[in-house]
Amino acid sequence: MIRFEDVSVIYDGAAEPTIQGVDFEVPEGELVLLVGPSGVGKSTLLGAVSGLVPHFTGGTLRGRVTVAGRDTRTHKPRELADVVGTVGQDPLSHFVTDTVEDELAYGMESLGLAPDVMRRRVEETLDLLGLADLRHRPIATLSGGQQQRVAIGSVLTPHPSVLVLDEPTSALDPAAAEEVLAVLQRLVHDLGTTILMAEHRLERVIQYADRIALLPTPGAPPILGTPAEVMAVSPVYPPVVALGRLAAWTPLPLTVRDARRRAAELRERLKERHDIAAQGRGELRDQPQQTRTRQQSTPPELLGATHRRWFSRKRTHTTSKPPCAAEIQALTVTRGRIQALRHINLSITPGETIALMGRNGAGKSTLLSTLVGLVQPTSGSVRVGDATPHRTPPPDLVRRVGLVPQEPRDLLYADTVAAECTAADADAGAAPGTCRALVSELLPGITDDTHPRDLSEGQRLTLALAVVLTARPPLLLLDEPTRGLDYAAKSRLVTLLRELAAEGHAIVLATHDVELAAELAHRVILLAEGEVIADGPTADVVVSSPSFAPQVTKILAPQQWLTVAQVRKALS
Amino acid sequence: MAEQHRPKGARGTARPAPHGPQTNDGAHHRAQLRAQTHPGAWWLWSLALGTAATRTTNPLLLTLLITVSAYVVATRRPATPWSRSYGAFVKLALAVLLIRLLFAITLGSPLPGTHTLLTLPEVPLPDWAQGIRLGGKVTAETLVFALYDGLKLATLLICVGAANALASPTRLLKSLPGALYETGVAVVVALTFAPHLIADAQRLRAARRLRGRPDRGIRGLFQVGLPVLEGALERSVALAAAMDARGYGRTAQVPRAVRRTTAALTLTGLLGVCAGTYGLLTAEGGTYGLPVLLAGLAAALAGLWLGGRRTPRTRYRPDTWNPRSCLIAASGAAVAALLTLAASTDPTALHPGVIPLVAPTLPLWPAAAVLLGLLPAFLTAPPKEPS
Repeated sequence: MIRFEDVSVIYDGAAEPTIQGVDFEVPEGELVLLVGPSGVGKSTLLGAVSGLVPHFTGGTLRGRVTVAGRDTRTHKPRELADVVGTVGQDPLSHFVTDTVEDELAYGMESLGLAPDVMRRRVEETLDLLGLADLRHRPIATLSGGQQQRVAIGSVLTPHPSVLVLDEPTSALDPAAAEEVLAVLQRLVHDLGTTILMAEHRLERVIQYADRIALLPTPGAPPILGTPAEVMAVSPVYPPVVALGRLAAWTPLPLTVRDARRRAAELRERLKERHDIAAQGRGELRDQPQQTRTRQQSTPPELLGATHRRWFSRKRTHTTSKPPCAAEIQALTVTRGRIQALRHINLSITPGETIALMGRNGAGKSTLLSTLVGLVQPTSGSVRVGDATPHRTPPPDLVRRVGLVPQEPRDLLYADTVAAECTAADADAGAAPGTCRALVSELLPGITDDTHPRDLSEGQRLTLALAVVLTARPPLLLLDEPTRGLDYAAKSRLVTLLRELAAEGHAIVLATHDVELAAELAHRVILLAEGEVIADGPTADVVVSSPSFAPQVTKILAPQQWLTVAQVRKALS
Repeated sequence: MAEQHRPKGARGTARPAPHGPQTNDGAHHRAQLRAQTHPGAWWLWSLALGTAATRTTNPLLLTLLITVSAYVVATRRPATPWSRSYGAFVKLALAVLLIRLLFAITLGSPLPGTHTLLTLPEVPLPDWAQGIRLGGKVTAETLVFALYDGLKLATLLICVGAANALASPTRLLKSLPGALYETGVAVVVALTFAPHLIADAQRLRAARRLRGRPDRGIRGLFQVGLPVLEGALERSVALAAAMDARGYGRTAQVPRAVRRTTAALTLTGLLGVCAGTYGLLTAEGGTYGLPVLLAGLAAALAGLWLGGRRTPRTRYRPDTWNPRSCLIAASGAAVAALLTLAASTDPTALHPGVIPLVAPTLPLWPAAAVLLGLLPAFLTAPPKEPS
């Protein structure tokens, strides 16, 4: 269905080809997953299928790409529109009209389908994607998951035989991601659609793939094979594969179910080890299974944390200085007619890492915005250190709390890294060179004259983080930090945040990434419709939730392990 | 291609639908189609009210016109982001009114007035600026005249706002002839650029706070200018790519003869329109002006229709012009027509005197005519609450 014949793409002004030696075929009705670290040319490869590369992006394409027998050299993207449906990373930049129903019809209108056919397909697609209740809604009012489904629906209506998706689940919460993936699987099974999809969150998608094309390094030819084969050699892999590699299972399990069936022996071994040395991560398991109450706010249950807990409690009684990095009491935020947050009580202790989880639109970002004073509380109080965020002038506030927004680019104004750092020093009132030193430490090898726009997603995030850290805020907030990050960038971020927490920074992450929360957070807070529905130690909260449990937990249940690293440590 | 493999579980699709679009989902959608008012009808109604507003300066009638349009908007506007633009138009109208009053106060007016309210210091101007006055006497007559005049303009603006709120220009766009469609889309995309730009600017200004810089003030706005423009440009490029990949701008193969005829018709048509207009406007062209204009218009329209054959576009659920739409448009037209009639039969009531200053009275039957404009509020169904 899709055929690459010795394809290489070089963009104008680039020294090296972005992809080269691409030579493979995707047969009809197969779901092929494109994996690889950031910047290996996954998006370029996807663009070549729809003809956007090189017709739209420029650059030179050598070799030949044919889709359903049509050569992309002679067919422009618009002439491939009836066979290829493309959904990019950001669904919002995909929409042409303003209501759901019109959006679904748009592609068919361009192709000139008969009105009765259009009508029937729109109704079918509304049902297939579960959008029937939203048909008259303006797209701008939909949640992220709904928008992603509309974007997929809008390219489905012309009944393309090929679907090209670039990170369709990255911005979605676990439940919404499963919704979208279920639809894709249904398309492959019921309609015989061929799907080529790139995705960083392998733990979500790998079980649906028939084959995997791995781009290991920039410019290297792709390795094609079954998921198990490719995962054995891939530099990027989900936790289930990591655990499989650790336990030397062959063939590698790809789903939680496969792994569980093999894991009996591993569970046994872990239990033995654990009984011998009842320390390490032991207290996690020994905790009684508590029912989570709303206001339970337990400080981190880490090694040595008991000391700090005792210490901070004592300080509460003896000194007037607030021991909390932040304190929220009975917070309610109303926006228009919508209650974004309802009666939230929360205290954040120094050194604690909190993961804020919940559906798209549950109020996570609003809560973070309230902590930096971007949103004024409708009622209740917010204290960060000894300040009220929305009444504190910004120059004072940056020394108390820092937020890395969902789009780190929003924080970066200058056109070179050096200028950005100088500005950050001035903003924070720090000694000149503070920010640059941080950048050199976090991002070795970035030169002064690099434009922030030319950095990769992960590098940009780290630069924004360095800018925020220049003021040394005791409370650090991150909104969706792993969106678009590959596993390597993610593990660098984890190491970095762990160090910061160890230095006494309190960290709050709003994230959909359960694996990140499992690795990093001491405490998880689940939000739903603006209310706290669970608040407790990570192990307790995520273990009991089917959608928020990380893979390792699911595999090794009923034992409470969260990450591969913990298992590795216990076995060694 | 895949209709045969239709998934079995999909609700409402398993039934065969042999008789076209309306059979497969029953009465619900037929009812909705009936309730749909053609966007053109709303625009005609609103613009007719606006025309009516230009026929009178009676503040009571103008206020009545504003109330009528506001009532219809309040009860019938759909819950879309577009419909919120009404508020912006009302603010703009108020600003226009205030500016008009301010000018009347500072620049004075040639109206001879006797009721002096206050005297501003007058700025002496050189000879060449004769006829212009800065400051000086402010009379009640001047103010009242400016108020009437400004109110007329404000009413007009509010009527346009009502059209925007009741039917977005995008919906109107669907009724454009095929040959103009692509230009129309480009215009609409350009129009959405501005709201996006504002949203971006607000977000980035908020982000300035995170950098420890003041998030208010003009300087802040300037510093985010470049990133905002960059972001908006990037989004436009992404949208263009998405539109291209979705078949925007596909053309059908048409015979060469048709292409040439199209070009010839459009060109001669436009020339004809130009010549005809010139003929109508000059003194000696009175005889040939109108026929040439009409012929040119016909040729241009034929060219457009023929040009539409190059685009294979079809329309999904085009808005139908139903009796209800006719009634809505007619109610607006009636208001305009009756007020025009009233302006010629009873000019003193519709243009209350300023010199001497008299209190405006509400002329009875023109007021009743304006109330005809309320008809749409009873003809159409109230908009559904968003689910």
